[in-house]
Amino acid sequence: MSRIKTIGSEILGLFVEDARLTVGLAVWIVVIAATRPWWQGAPHIGAIALFAGFAAILCENVFRAARNGNAIR
Amino acid sequence: MIDIAHSGPVLAASFLASLVECVEALTVVLAVGAVRGWQPALTGAGMAGVLLALLVAIFGPGLSLIPLALLQTAIGILLLLFGMRWLRKAVLRAGGVIALRDEAANYSSEVASLRAAGGVGRWDPIGIATSFKAVTLEGVEVVFIVIAVGAAGGALLPATAGAVAAAILVTAIGFVLHRPLAQVPENALKFAVGIMLSSFGTFWIGEGYGVAWPGGDWSLPGLVAGYLIAAAIAVGAVRHIRRRDMLAAAS
Repeated sequence: MSRIKTIGSEILGLFVEDARLTVGLAVWIVVIAATRPWWQGAPHIGAIALFAGFAAILCENVFRAARNGNAIR
Repeated sequence: MIDIAHSGPVLAASFLASLVECVEALTVVLAVGAVRGWQPALTGAGMAGVLLALLVAIFGPGLSLIPLALLQTAIGILLLLFGMRWLRKAVLRAGGVIALRDEAANYSSEVASLRAAGGVGRWDPIGIATSFKAVTLEGVEVVFIVIAVGAAGGALLPATAGAVAAAILVTAIGFVLHRPLAQVPENALKFAVGIMLSSFGTFWIGEGYGVAWPGGDWSLPGLVAGYLIAAAIAVGAVRHIRRRDMLAAAS
């Protein structure tokens, strides 16, 4: 059982290191999916919004980590 | 149809990511070889290599059975999370918030712990297990990258070629030098790979959602440039925040 837990946490660790970053990215993915009817008429907007949101979330996350200076593994 | 706009970045991302992981695995394999002998070191690494090859053979072609839009979205999300994890860490390391990885120090620590594990018999399960575990753990990341960047874009061949080339290169250099590759600019590589994987992830999520990328597949280099600019701005800002905080603390 503990081996399964270890393998599970190793696999999860491949994708999740900072929960705030993961949640931020996941929320943006859901937002883009939910607003699809709105941007479907101009699909370039969806593409640009997708990238811009992810880049902004990354920047906000590292700025926060730099200010806190301790939220890092 | 695979074109250069797609297979080039796939090969480069797979090669660079595998280079980083192979350097990390080599550190442990060399430590096992130096302390407990080359037989357990190579046996463990070889067993892990077979396991990883099996994973690629099983999961790589099997993914083609999943509907394309679903596959692109799922793989895109995983690639984005994986790439952003690397990119975040690389930005924070470049900005001085966390220390750079030190392969020489990791090697010394691994050597010390292997020596503490006791004497070596004819059959050395500790040496084999240590080598197997290191190559498997680092290799699983390589397998994920190869399958993800390869399968979602129908470019499994260039992705595999990039990973195999990196493994051969690192193994050859490591066994000629017989010491960890501490001079490899690991953070710069992680920075580059983080940007590439985040770009692939964003691209595949968009494809899965049906967005129209300006320039089609050629928007991939555009995404790489976009993330590079964002990450460079982030590094500059992080350094500025660090300097300001240190000045404030000193005064």
